[in-house]
Amino acid sequence: MKTTSPVTSIIAAIGATLITLGNNWKLAGFILVLIAGAIFPLVATGVFTFQITQLLIYAIAIAGLNLLTGFNGQFSLGHSAFYAIGAYVSAVLMTQFEMPFYLTIPVAAAVCFVFGFLFGLPALRLEGIYLALATFALAIATPQILKFKPIEHLTGGVQGLALFSLKPEAPFELPFDQDQWTFYVTFAVTILMFFIAFSLVNSRSGRAMKAIRDNQIAAKVTGINLSLFKTLTFGMSALFTGVAGSLSALLIAFVAPDSFQITLAIAIFVGMVVGGVGWIPGAFLGGLFILFVPNIAEHIAHGLGWFFDLIRSVVPFFPTVSEQSAKGLTGTVYGVFLILLIYVMPSGLAGLLRLAAERLARARS
Amino acid sequence: MEQVVQQVIGGLATGAIYACIALAIVMIYQAIDHLNFAQGEMAMFSTYIAWQLMEWGMPYWGAFFLTIAISFVLGYAIERIVFKPVHNASVLSHVVIFIALFAIINSMAGFIWEFTIKPFPTPFGTKSVLGDGLLSAHGAGMIAVTGIMLALLYLFFRFTRVGLAMRAAAANPDSARLVGIRVGFMNAVGWGMAAAIGAVAGIMIAPVVFLEPNMMVTILLYGFAGAVVGGLTSPGGAVFGGFAVGVVENLASFVPHFGAEMKLSIALALIILVLTLKPNGLFGRRIVNRV
Repeated sequence: MKTTSPVTSIIAAIGATLITLGNNWKLAGFILVLIAGAIFPLVATGVFTFQITQLLIYAIAIAGLNLLTGFNGQFSLGHSAFYAIGAYVSAVLMTQFEMPFYLTIPVAAAVCFVFGFLFGLPALRLEGIYLALATFALAIATPQILKFKPIEHLTGGVQGLALFSLKPEAPFELPFDQDQWTFYVTFAVTILMFFIAFSLVNSRSGRAMKAIRDNQIAAKVTGINLSLFKTLTFGMSALFTGVAGSLSALLIAFVAPDSFQITLAIAIFVGMVVGGVGWIPGAFLGGLFILFVPNIAEHIAHGLGWFFDLIRSVVPFFPTVSEQSAKGLTGTVYGVFLILLIYVMPSGLAGLLRLAAERLARARS
Repeated sequence: MEQVVQQVIGGLATGAIYACIALAIVMIYQAIDHLNFAQGEMAMFSTYIAWQLMEWGMPYWGAFFLTIAISFVLGYAIERIVFKPVHNASVLSHVVIFIALFAIINSMAGFIWEFTIKPFPTPFGTKSVLGDGLLSAHGAGMIAVTGIMLALLYLFFRFTRVGLAMRAAAANPDSARLVGIRVGFMNAVGWGMAAAIGAVAGIMIAPVVFLEPNMMVTILLYGFAGAVVGGLTSPGGAVFGGFAVGVVENLASFVPHFGAEMKLSIALALIILVLTLKPNGLFGRRIVNRV
């Protein structure tokens, strides 16, 4: 008779799990991500945790825009509006109606879905650049609408709403501070949203969305309800971005009209193009870009001082440039980055990765 | 009733600003089939050039025409250097390039001329010519300049070979190329002309809103609204649209809570309304694509 001690059976079980995971790299990767996410805030500094939380939030917003543009072929330069609505719904419910934050996320999502769906109705009649224009106008008008007098008692007007005292603590007396807990909440929501995004684009509806993107008339002929799917996609896209906005209200603990300028809409748009249009994981790369590249551009602009000194040593009448005013060139450096990026990788980082993967595969065979 | 008349005339004066920029937007749309989101910044930069020339002691009209020439060259250069290499890229890439241009021009202007607000001279004077402060001499001058510019453009597109070639190159690049029109060159000329018109608009607007790097951001939106109302294919329509937006915006001040603080939302509402009800604008041609 064969006897097995508990120890060997546990080792056998672990071994068997590892083998299954080895054969199923997707699941293995997912578990790795989970472990990394669980450990990360415990070892990282507070600032870094904050930045990565912001990165995840941007990624959700970018994924939302990507659903609309990458999978349905509709433009938007106005997603800052939905981000703002998400943030404001959470903030208003928390401050005025004392709702706990977790409950405000689904409400924000639903409200944004409705707004997105409604905006999708006029968008039905607009194509390409016209839609870009209408959404551009939406983004520019957003801060003004948020300051609208008759709703000032809810939104706090120009001052906005402060949520510092309402940030949720970790439950069950878990030993995390607020920033760490915010990260865990964001991390969980991110996983959920990306799961929804992947399921959506691989579903029947997702195929309908892509069919509309590729050829509207053909899609219509196969019996897809164009108006319904286009407006629903607009709603879903707004929902994602609204959830991101809601989480940002939690992270920043403050909402004000001027945090939702056109620059935010442009950042989400640039993040989508950089990460790769029509490739959902690209949202994280795009988030990285919009989170860190402006800072890098500022450092480079700051470091341009030596360059002006060099010119002055050759051209005597060249005016002196202080380090402070050299910082004013941040926008220039950022713009040059963007242009080079479009030259070098017209299909974003996604295209570059795909190209690299193809080269690698060819080299192996 | 008198109040309404006053608001309408006041609206026409501000509308002239929007008409100028709407005209520039339509011009570049005709030339390259794109809305240029950096259009306002290009106009702002040209205005700074005019300011600088005058600072160096040049008379107003000398600076005016020299700035137009410089802006034409700069617009031409932007097309050749930045836009030509990605001419066949997707619309998304083009929008990113526009955003990049926006950031570059805005920060360059701030870097060279600083972010402080500068007053800008007017050649027409500021006396009021109509009623009591209803329409200033500058406002009237602005309306006149817009009118002259529109007339010149009409003549250019209607009666010159280059004008005809430009229309052909924009409307149907392939066929235009087959009949021997240099389409790429025409695109660049279109950019140059749009920059030059933008320069005129900027110089006319600057005495009203003052000169600073962000002066054009909101005006650009009204310009878009004007262009959309009139129809993106019609220069005359754009001018009409610009005036209409100015008047509507002023009349909206009668509605409670929709005063100065909601002005941008009015532009937004106009854009969405017109695009939804009449996608080609009031005067635009309907463009039908064969499938």
